[in-house]
Parts: sequence; structure tokens; C-alpha cells
Amino acid sequence: MAQVILKNIVKNYGKLEVVHSINLDVAHNEFVVLVGPSGCGKSTTLRMIAGLESISGGEIIIGDNVVNNLPPRDRNISMVFQNYALYPHMTVRENLGFSLKIAKRDQTEIDKSVDEASKILSLEDYMDRKPGALSGGQRQRVAMGRAIVRHPDVFLFDEPLSNLDAKLRAQMRVEIKKLHQKIQTTIIYVTHDQVEAMTLADRIVIMRDGNIEQQGSPTQVFENPINTFVATFIGSPPMNLLPGRVGKNMLEFSGGLILPIPIDFKDIVKPGQDIILGFRADHIMPVGHDLTIDGDSAMIEMSVGVSEPLGTETLLYTQLAGQEILAKMLRPRIVQDGETLTFNLDLGQCNLFDAVTQRNLR
Amino acid sequence: MNINRLSKLKSFFLKVSHHVTLFIAMSIICIPGLWIVLNSFRPTVDIMAKPPVWVPRGLNLDNYRAMFGGAGEGGVPVMQYFTNSLIISCTSTIIALFVGMAGGYAFARFRFKGKNAIFVGLLLTRAVPGVALSLPLFIVMAKTGIIDTHFGLILVYVAMNVPFTIWLIDGFFRQIPPDLAEAAEIDGCTRWQAFWKVEFPVAKAGVASAGIFAFLTSWNEYALASQLTRSTFSKTMPVGLRDFTSEFTINWGGMCALAVLLIIPALILTFIVQKHLISGLTFGGVKG
Repeated sequence: MAQVILKNIVKNYGKLEVVHSINLDVAHNEFVVLVGPSGCGKSTTLRMIAGLESISGGEIIIGDNVVNNLPPRDRNISMVFQNYALYPHMTVRENLGFSLKIAKRDQTEIDKSVDEASKILSLEDYMDRKPGALSGGQRQRVAMGRAIVRHPDVFLFDEPLSNLDAKLRAQMRVEIKKLHQKIQTTIIYVTHDQVEAMTLADRIVIMRDGNIEQQGSPTQVFENPINTFVATFIGSPPMNLLPGRVGKNMLEFSGGLILPIPIDFKDIVKPGQDIILGFRADHIMPVGHDLTIDGDSAMIEMSVGVSEPLGTETLLYTQLAGQEILAKMLRPRIVQDGETLTFNLDLGQCNLFDAVTQRNLR
Repeated sequence: MNINRLSKLKSFFLKVSHHVTLFIAMSIICIPGLWIVLNSFRPTVDIMAKPPVWVPRGLNLDNYRAMFGGAGEGGVPVMQYFTNSLIISCTSTIIALFVGMAGGYAFARFRFKGKNAIFVGLLLTRAVPGVALSLPLFIVMAKTGIIDTHFGLILVYVAMNVPFTIWLIDGFFRQIPPDLAEAAEIDGCTRWQAFWKVEFPVAKAGVASAGIFAFLTSWNEYALASQLTRSTFSKTMPVGLRDFTSEFTINWGGMCALAVLLIIPALILTFIVQKHLISGLTFGGVKG
């Protein structure tokens, strides 16, 4: 069993505290993704788990051991770095077998493990090449291979796909997911790309300014963001946010827009309260190009500023209550710039945030 | 005139002027060296001739024969000087490389107080001309009893070379991503193993080029060695050149023959490691 537990982890650089007492439990075999904007402390947290950064306070437990003061080599972890960190003077075979050689394993055992890893990652044809002669995707696979030969308790990935182009990134995402299915090990994965987080994770941990903002399954954080930061960070395109005020059984927005209070929030909000209405582009669609809505909905007329045809759907940029919002058109047709359309807003899928605390009122 | 023809003519003239300039520049660099080699095979009459004899009339090995001959035949203890030079240059280079690697690594990888000031201070020591230090060094060494010894000169050359090796090697280690050593530590290495098994092999070209520069500096140095060595048992080859000067005459042929022997090892070494040297210099030069 190799669960990872972070208890009140703090990291200071001099007087500057960059990670503020975070707590995280990662279960055995769980795939956890730490996601957040640059400088949020996600990589620092990962490096503290790896032992590459000392911790300023708290406790890190891997398996059953507190590893606060253990060097990286004694934590039985593997790490895949953003720039691969392959040893340039060694061949792929030597790179893969390096850790086992350092551990003074028998040569036959090294060969067996290296061959096994090369098969899992389809690296058999490149074994005698040096990293300089490999493409980005192949290097990334070697980096993963180097991580798996040791059969570590925990895999750590530090933005491993950032240097790849969009197509290769999508391909490698699938490979990482397959790898997890094959080797069944605890994985902690850091990325700033929310698409990677959504597609790979069993659980997403969203960080901001050294704090954990929210953690949960991809669906949970997508559908019920805890605050406006998570709402706009997770999901592509980000959630539309409209500031307004609670009136008498209705929500009032600038420009005279009035909408019914979503049913889930009727008993929570009070008249006069400043709120922010949040809804995704998937929940505001032109009539005739939308999905069937089960619950409450509202009809709104808006003129389209710009449209972005994406093939199976079109994104429509429009203005509502003085804010630019994004809507989605299914079964798309050509939309002229400035064309006025009637949109259907699915109120059952809307979220309300407190305008002061920015937290979800649900 | 046809515009294509004009352009062709222009590129032809550019090419010719490029070659002529290159020839002049190479002549300025190479002629003194060639002149030394030529003079080492010529009799004194040809060497001293005015106007100079450009095309050699008769070449012989007399100067070399005399140099390796007995004291009365104009001989000098070449082998002893060669051994002295070799011991002093190799030892000082090895020490300067070790200190340079440790220092360069520290400057490249660690943060510490006064790092920039120390680095600039180290480089500033190179601004002091070696010969200006010769008198103080002479006094200090005379007092401590290490004057006219291999040890004394090794110490001086180490001090001369260390700032340079640190600066050069620092540039190389800066180019190696710290992730490599971190990956090695995660793979089970100690910090020491990560350095020797991963970072050092990657920076080998840089260390080699620093080593060559340190070696050549020690091997060719004259000003300090001429002040700090006196006897046959400590004099280096460049100082040995002075054996060919007497009160009224200078044996130019002998001096050139010894100079050729001085140049050969440096030349061989440079040829052997030229691949490393060039890749090392360009590698270190990008962000160094």
C-alpha cells in the first residue's frame, strides 16, 4: 500500500511562505492531479513529496513512513520531469537501467526490467539511440520508462506534456492513462492545463496562491465549483459570470435583465444580496440548436458578436448585461456577425456565487 | 550590364577579397611560428642574414644536435627542463581543474551570500599582471623556502589558473539543467554519485577545455617562472630558452630549436582534444 498523506505542509523561502499548511490524502492507486495557475505552489508541493525541496513545516507520509527528512533515493518514488531530464550521454537502454544499476541489481534482472518497460512503452526500436536522436514524444516515453523500471510506490509527474505539441500531447495523455491502468500505482501529476487534469484524474486538486481551493472528481469540480476561481479555471471555455443582485423572487442584472432564481438557490439567497450568476457555454444555446432542458429555463435574445465554428459545434461570443459571454451552438449553421438569436438558458445548471466572498452559495 | 552578371561579378570580388584578407590575417598569425621552425634548422649565417633569406638554402639538424650535446658543445639540459615543465604544468592543471570544478559547480548550483561579489573578485585577480606579482612572490617564497622548487611554481600556477577554470566550468554547469542531477538523485544516487555519473560526463567537454587552457598557461608561462626558478632542477622550458643567451651573443638557432620542442607537446595536446575544445568553447559560450 502506498498512500501519500500531506499533513499541514508549509514551505517558506526566507520570510516568504509559498505553501500554506495544506492537507492532502492520496489513496493507493489513485491518480491525483494538482492543477493551478503558474506560481500556485503545485510544483513546489510535488518537489516536497519527491524530497527535492525541504519542507518548512508539517509531515509527509508515503506508505506507512514519515519521509520528511529522507533523501529522494530513500522514498521509493519516481519522477517524470517537464524537460524529460534524460541523461544525454547514455543510450535509451542505459537511461532505463540506470536506477537499477545504481541499486547494484543483477545484470539479468536489469535487462529483464528494461525489456519489460520498453515493451510497455513501445521503445524496442530505439534502445541503442541517445536521447538527442529521439523526438519529443519518444523522449517523453523514455522518461516514463525510466520511472516505471523501478516499480516505485508513487509516480510523480511534473508537467510532463508541456513541451509537446497539441496533437502529441493528446496522444501522450492517452498513453499515461493506459500506463496507469497497466501498472496500478499511485500517481501525483502536476499540470497547469485543466484539460489534462479533467481527462486524467481520479481526483483533481485545484491550487491557488499556496492553498488548496477545492478537490474532488473531475465532474464534481466541473459542475459544482466551490468559488469563481475554480469556475473560471476548470472547464474550457471557462464559466460565464454575470454580477447581479437578488430581487423579489428574481435576479436583477445591469441593463434591465431579469432572470428567475435557480430553484436550488431559492432558499439560500436573500433579497438585496449581491451575487454572481455562473453558467457554462453548454447551458446557454440558441433555440433549435440546443439540448432538451428538463427543469427551469429562460429565453434571452442576444446578438452574436463573433462566432467560432469548431466543426461539430460553434462558439458564439455575445453580450449579456454588459458582460461578454460565451454560448454554444450544437448542429451548427453559419451565423452572421451581429445576427440576433434567441438563446435558452438552463437555470438548473446555473451556479450562484456570493459577490463578496466569491464562494458558491450552494 | 545584366543585373545577374553584375551580381555574379560582385560575389566573385567579395570572395577574392575574403580570401586575400584571410591570407593576410593568417600570415600575421603563422609567419612568426614558421620562422621559428625554419630557423631551428638553419645555420646562424642564414638566420642573421640581411635582407632575410626567405627560401631556405640548406637545412640541417645541427642546432638540435648541439642542444642535446654536452655543455661545451652548446648543450642545455633539455630533458630536465622538459620533465620540470611536465611535472609543474600537469600537477598545477590537475589541481586547478579539481578546484575549478568544485568552485564552478558551487557558483552554478548553490545560492550563498556574496556569491556575485566573490565571483567578480575572482575574475578581478586575473586583471593583475602576473609579472607585477613577481617581486612580492619572490620575497614570500624566499622567506618560506619554496623558491626554486616545483612546489612553489605549482602553487603560483594553481593560483593563476583557478579563477579562470572556475569561470569557465561555472558556465558549463549552468548549461546543464539541474533536473538531471535531481533525476539521478530520485534514481537512487547520492549527490556525489549524481555529480560523477551524470553531471560530470555531460560537462566533460567544458572541463577538458578548461584543462587545456590551464595546461597551456602553465606550460608557456615565462615571466614568473624566470623569477622564481634558478637551478636546472626547477627551471621550466621557457626559462631554459635563456640558457642560449650569454653576455655578448645569442644562440638564435639553439633557442629556436628549444622553442620548437616547447611548442610540440602543446600542439599535440591541442590536436588530440581540439574536438572537445571547440565544442567546449561554443557550448560554454552561449550562456556562460
